Amino acid sequence: MKVPLSWLKEYVDFDLPPEEIASRLTFAGLEVESIEYIGLAPQNGHIDGLPGEERGPKARGLAWDREKIVVGRVFEVLPHPNADRLVLCKLDDGRTIHTVLTGAPNLFPYKGQGPLAKPLKVAYAREGAMLYDGHQPGNVLTTLQRMKIRGVESYSMICSEKELGISADHEGVMILPDDAPAGTPLADYLGDVILDVKINPNMARNANMVGIAREVSALTGRKLRPPSYLFRASGEPLKKHLRIRIQNPEFNPRFTAILLRDVQIGPSPAWMQRRLSRAGMRPINNIVDITNYVMLETGQPLHAFDWDSLAARASGNAVTIITRTARPGETIVTLDGATRTLDDFTVLVCDEKGPLSIAGVMGGAETEVRDTTVNILLEAAAWDYLSIRRTVQAQKLPSEAAFRFSRGVHPAATLRGLGRAAELMRTLGGGIISRDTVDTYPRKAPVVRVDLPMKEVRRLLGVNIPPRKVAQILESLEFVCRVKETPARRRRSGKISDDDLTLQVIAPDHRLDIGTGVVGQADLIEEIARIYGYARIPEVQIADLLPIQRGNPGLEQEEAARDLLVNLGLQEVLTYHLTAPEKEAAVYPPGMEVPAAEYIRLANPIVPERRVMRCSVLASVLETAARNASRTDRLALFELGPVYLPSGKPLPAEPVQLAIVLAGPRESRDWRPSDRTPADFFDLKGILEGVLSGLHVPSPTFESTRDPRFHPGRCAKILVGGTALGVMGQLHPQVAARFEWAGHDLLAAELNFELLRPYLLRQYPVHSISEYPPVLEDLAVVVAEDVPVERVIQKIRSSGGEIVQSVLLFDVYRGEQAGSGNKSLAFALTYQAPDRTLGSTEAEEIRTRIIRALEGDLAGKVRR
Amino acid sequence: MLEQLDTLEQEALAALAQANDPGALAAWKQTYLGRSASLSTFLGDLGKLPAAERPLAGKRGNEVKRTLEAAYAAGEERINAAVLNHALQSEALDVTLPGRPLRRGRLHPSTLILRRIYAIWAEMGFQIYRSPNVELDDYNFTLLNIPPHHPARDMWDTFYTTEEGVLLRTHTSPGQIHAMREFAPAPLRVILPGMCFRYEQITARSEIQFHQVEGLAVGPGITFANLKATLADFARRMFGEGARTQFRADHFPFTEPSMEVDVECFVCGGKGCPVCKFSGWLEILGSGMVHPTVLRNGGYDPKVFSGFAFGMGPERIAMLRHGIEDIRYFWGNDLRFLEQF
Repeated sequence: MKVPLSWLKEYVDFDLPPEEIASRLTFAGLEVESIEYIGLAPQNGHIDGLPGEERGPKARGLAWDREKIVVGRVFEVLPHPNADRLVLCKLDDGRTIHTVLTGAPNLFPYKGQGPLAKPLKVAYAREGAMLYDGHQPGNVLTTLQRMKIRGVESYSMICSEKELGISADHEGVMILPDDAPAGTPLADYLGDVILDVKINPNMARNANMVGIAREVSALTGRKLRPPSYLFRASGEPLKKHLRIRIQNPEFNPRFTAILLRDVQIGPSPAWMQRRLSRAGMRPINNIVDITNYVMLETGQPLHAFDWDSLAARASGNAVTIITRTARPGETIVTLDGATRTLDDFTVLVCDEKGPLSIAGVMGGAETEVRDTTVNILLEAAAWDYLSIRRTVQAQKLPSEAAFRFSRGVHPAATLRGLGRAAELMRTLGGGIISRDTVDTYPRKAPVVRVDLPMKEVRRLLGVNIPPRKVAQILESLEFVCRVKETPARRRRSGKISDDDLTLQVIAPDHRLDIGTGVVGQADLIEEIARIYGYARIPEVQIADLLPIQRGNPGLEQEEAARDLLVNLGLQEVLTYHLTAPEKEAAVYPPGMEVPAAEYIRLANPIVPERRVMRCSVLASVLETAARNASRTDRLALFELGPVYLPSGKPLPAEPVQLAIVLAGPRESRDWRPSDRTPADFFDLKGILEGVLSGLHVPSPTFESTRDPRFHPGRCAKILVGGTALGVMGQLHPQVAARFEWAGHDLLAAELNFELLRPYLLRQYPVHSISEYPPVLEDLAVVVAEDVPVERVIQKIRSSGGEIVQSVLLFDVYRGEQAGSGNKSLAFALTYQAPDRTLGSTEAEEIRTRIIRALEGDLAGKVRR
Repeated sequence: MLEQLDTLEQEALAALAQANDPGALAAWKQTYLGRSASLSTFLGDLGKLPAAERPLAGKRGNEVKRTLEAAYAAGEERINAAVLNHALQSEALDVTLPGRPLRRGRLHPSTLILRRIYAIWAEMGFQIYRSPNVELDDYNFTLLNIPPHHPARDMWDTFYTTEEGVLLRTHTSPGQIHAMREFAPAPLRVILPGMCFRYEQITARSEIQFHQVEGLAVGPGITFANLKATLADFARRMFGEGARTQFRADHFPFTEPSMEVDVECFVCGGKGCPVCKFSGWLEILGSGMVHPTVLRNGGYDPKVFSGFAFGMGPERIAMLRHGIEDIRYFWGNDLRFLEQF
């Protein structure tokens, strides 16, 4: 909300600089988002028109030089000798008479009239003044220089609003009110500072000048001076001409109205127009301006009906106002000309014939105030904020009134707004106010009382604030307070401490946000802390005992896996959890039937490619690989994160998956020879073995498998204890091509981390190291091609027994000597006993056992 | 004759000084200490000398021999050292050639900052508690004192799923309810990290997903003064010993009183710069005392227990610390970005 300080000063005196007011409001929860200076200079920091460079926080605007920009008095407008589009103004700047050149169209009507009967007051800039260039878009600073225009010397000018930084208007020069004293620095007459205050939902009561003034009063200790809500009523009573029927008091707790007869529609006075413009509202006419002005001033939005239109609709009967929710399919033409279909939660102000306006949101076209209007029915009502909010959203009709109503306006504000507006209309529009106010108030707002024990204040804030100070703070916000002894707390000594006192508090009738009981206490404590000042509350270390410490084993497992993967040279990526089914289907080769996945779908996706929650982490990592394909020939990526799977319960399962993608040469290019062979299946397998062994997962195995995403002969499932954790291998070349790696081997793995968790032990045993020498020997065996190496190794271990310490495959040979359809495997074996030196006989026996098993069970042939 | 020995000694030592390589040294040894060297011959022929001269000649001859042998040993050492030195000289490298490029794995910047946050809070006794990313409306809003249609809901632009009442959590605060319901009435001190989602245009400043770390302490004597001290401690650990903090009143429906915590800008030291928009302060945390309704929804009696909660954005902190200007870098995963960490 825009708060011109010149307006605010009407309700509270303060002599603090604007920046200090802004800071106090900000620290008290009314954040000042920017400070706009109109003509005045900030106390610190920088705005346009001042020397210096560093822009101050949040500050913008143009400072008017007090010497060079003053009020001028134009007393004659003469034609320019050489130019039809220019005039010469005779101007008195308080010192002397100048001839000022201007092309402003709004001065042309005065041309050649001789000395003006009513001189014009203008903003006059002397040579050297810093102004905005009126002819350039935006705010471009320029210095006024002496020059000759069409043979006439010009060294000064009459300014437009744009040139002064007041508005974007450059249609003509600004005409000041007649009371402006010539020669006065313009900054003194017109200067202002506008605070742009952010109104949080809990501060709805402060979305008005009186509200902000109340806060300033509480924060500065200066007295609040609210406007008078009294009005002079002399007209005919309204009661017999108007009936109010409220059908849903829960949506419309109060409806008040007053009638003004014989109003003269015209422009509102300059001071009101100026205040409205500075607060961000466009002046229209006195009646509309007054409803807006009073809304900005008191927070109560008002609506003005053309009374004669209402009376005409009632065809001679008393006007009956009915407030009710809309009927199915009901429509209204609003004053913006749009025909709107209404929802059943929308509340309408109607008469017997139909809807007149959307309550609290927008008036109807038929009964709006026009230039010809003479009699006005002024409405001030209270509406349920939730219903207004829904209507605003459904009709997409945000407005200043809806902003306030949708955050809550207290029903007590109605009469204040009504009285203030009626009196302004009477004094500024010349109307006669009906002798009575029609006030229908079926649902009275409860008076909120809260008992606040002083020890509660200390319990929550951790600081002792004297009861008198607490009461003073609350009273400064218009709470009514009474200090009482807390019942049954008087001590034996008879002495009363602050802790024995309770404040009995009654909330003022502009607040809807104060609860009762313990919630009400918290609401009050917030007010106390806010006004007392957060900065004054000390920093005190927690005195409570440390709760039982637990740790988070699940997270620790994930972080351990991350560390291992990073140690193995992989880059972690984190990707969007939102995706599209077709993006995930891309991990299958084209034409392949994609297994149907059930997705968690968004009801309101922001972009189509992020409309479901992902089911595959691998797809996301592959997307990352694709995005980096043009920038690198080599990558090793992993992501460990959740996928989202329907679970049959309201919330999906969120199992964690691990995905790895590997591509490109093993080593990067170097000035020395490096291993530039592309990473293959076994590089990836080595990484997985490294991670699994690093996590101390017992004996993982790999088994050939088929998966449509992978190369049919280069794909394995990863098994631990009989559970398949996932799949790994070389991606199908058509899949690699889909992810921008055509012609390259793309290796990928996908593991369900949840299935791995049961095998992640907190403790694992470490074996002692044998003191006795090992026996080392090589063993080469020829087996059929289809015998997996893993089986050969298992056979060696099972037949050799525990004494076989290690089995290292160091060569695989295929060729003539192995025979066609065979392969020769060469192993380095280590035998070692924990408790003795192995003799050659024993070693020979082990070897014999192994050979027998390999030859007998696997039809192998051991080279002797 | 003794003069002959003196001459021989001098000549030999002079010759040795000229020997500068192993070959010359071997030749010298052959010449002066070899079997047919004149000294050997002299010593072998001692017996032929008159008996009176023999002792003196023998003593002097052996003396010369020992001198030459010692000189030889020294010479050998000198020459070996020279040979080695020469060899080493020839092995000199251009030390400016690049080192062997090894593949270094890296954690994602979000993981790095999260771990730092975890570590600081762990030392302060705050354990990690996680809760689902896809949440019930109740947990994300209603139980946090944000009823349906309440204007406070405008503070969060929400992704809803097609399942009624199920949404993507907009903050980690629903974890507060989960944690409290699990531990009440025992006192509680946790942080709640995790991914959050907002219905927002993806721009340099806003993303549809981001991490949040929320903190929650509930106990019989937790105060606003405790909250200030705890967050000031965190700021010093996170941003440096001298980091100053300031506390501004703000509004969150689930805390009361609520506040925004600023840390003095560590880019300019509080003097004002574009990063802090010339205010000298950076907005880092939202926090407050847990609202009595939320405490009650969590299973604590608000008349007996009190608590504080706070929340921060790890990506925002990382952006401030590293001068990252575009939040889209985080999920863009351009290796040129990731490899800078």
